[in-house]
Amino acid sequence: MDVLVLVVIITALVFDFTNGFHDTANAMATSIATGALKPRVAVAISGVLNLVGAFLSVAVAKTISSGLVDDTKISPVVIFAGLIGAILWNLLTWLVGLPSSSSYALVGGLIGATWVAAGGDAVHFASVVSKVLIPMVLAPVVAGVVALVGTYLAYRITARADRDAVGRGFKAGQVISASMVSLAHGTNDAQKTMGVITLTLITAGSLPSGSGPPFWVILTAGLAIALGTYLGGWRIIRTLGKRVTEIETPQGFAAETASTGVILVSAQLGFPLSTTMVVSGAIFGVGTGRRLASVRWGLAGQMLLGWLLTLPSAGIVGALAAQVAQTGTTGTVVVGVVGAAIAGGIYALSRRDPVGPNNVNDVPARRLQPAGAEV
Amino acid sequence: MNIDWGALGEVFVVSFGAAITVIVLFSFGIRALAGPAADPTSAPRQTGAEVPPRPALAVLCLLGCALVVGYGLYLIIAK
Repeated sequence: MDVLVLVVIITALVFDFTNGFHDTANAMATSIATGALKPRVAVAISGVLNLVGAFLSVAVAKTISSGLVDDTKISPVVIFAGLIGAILWNLLTWLVGLPSSSSYALVGGLIGATWVAAGGDAVHFASVVSKVLIPMVLAPVVAGVVALVGTYLAYRITARADRDAVGRGFKAGQVISASMVSLAHGTNDAQKTMGVITLTLITAGSLPSGSGPPFWVILTAGLAIALGTYLGGWRIIRTLGKRVTEIETPQGFAAETASTGVILVSAQLGFPLSTTMVVSGAIFGVGTGRRLASVRWGLAGQMLLGWLLTLPSAGIVGALAAQVAQTGTTGTVVVGVVGAAIAGGIYALSRRDPVGPNNVNDVPARRLQPAGAEV
Repeated sequence: MNIDWGALGEVFVVSFGAAITVIVLFSFGIRALAGPAADPTSAPRQTGAEVPPRPALAVLCLLGCALVVGYGLYLIIAK
């Protein structure tokens, strides 16, 4: 295996890591917001279950590695460029606390890079639309409707029962439902990286076209996403858990159950579905389903804008990276160094206003409290 | 272009059915465990409207939830 392939595999694992901490919010934001789980316990459970989930199914990995782009026309350099685009977009959206889709970023980066390197006809646009774009657009709507109906029913059924006991019951239920989301996330998202690594090995000639991921790929991808998840994307957890709507335990339970259902069912059918969009849709759904709950729809507009920008933005970065990286070894090194420098810069910016397990539940308006006053 | 609407419809129907089943069963289970509201003004005092604790029903409901969740897990692992 040559050095370039190794570099691409490491870059793919870095992407997987950003995917993990970007998406911790999906599984755990509502549990952390309602207090069903302590922040650190939540991310630990989520990390372990992401690792377990990575071993359970490979249907999505095969969609990525064998359908979106023509694997006979691209090289590991192109995949490298696409990953750089995806990683940078993930970091930027994390900095601003936007729950954007890591899947969109990955697909966008790969399409941009492939387009520049091999021309528009190397991208299977029909496959992109039918297997990726449409399910991604429908997923939040479906999850939102399920969560809305579920929330309405949960409140309706328990309306006359003892309020405190009901709250405690749903809190316990949330531990299980949040764990299920993490597991579902693992069966879905770790596979995207497995798909990319497998695609790299195919383009490098180490595996025949149409192969599934080898065991070591499954293991390393699972570990990378689990580690990222454990470190936690606290900025995004705060957005989803506290800024969309004030979430009570029955709503948290309904949102997580709805998300699990949609993610698991779609994973079984081989769609690389956006966990982020499913969960975001579900959280808006549960906000709408409870009477008197106020939902910040303005935030929905911002998220939607972010989602729409994800594919083209990651695509443009991927395309630029491919343009430079294609020129040879020097070009590839330049892309790697510049990418690492931008990533470092974003991290440095994030330290100005750090968000961690101690202040994740403080909404910005209450940020004047001393740090750590509330857990 | 070939959009697999059938599969998308299946995602909606199956996930709706499974998630709503779990939520409804769990809610009934919680209600059966919790008993009536402590504040009498919020619970109407007609017969049939009160919600006495019924542990057996609660166990049944929660068992139902566990079955659905277990079946979901089985589907993931068996494939």
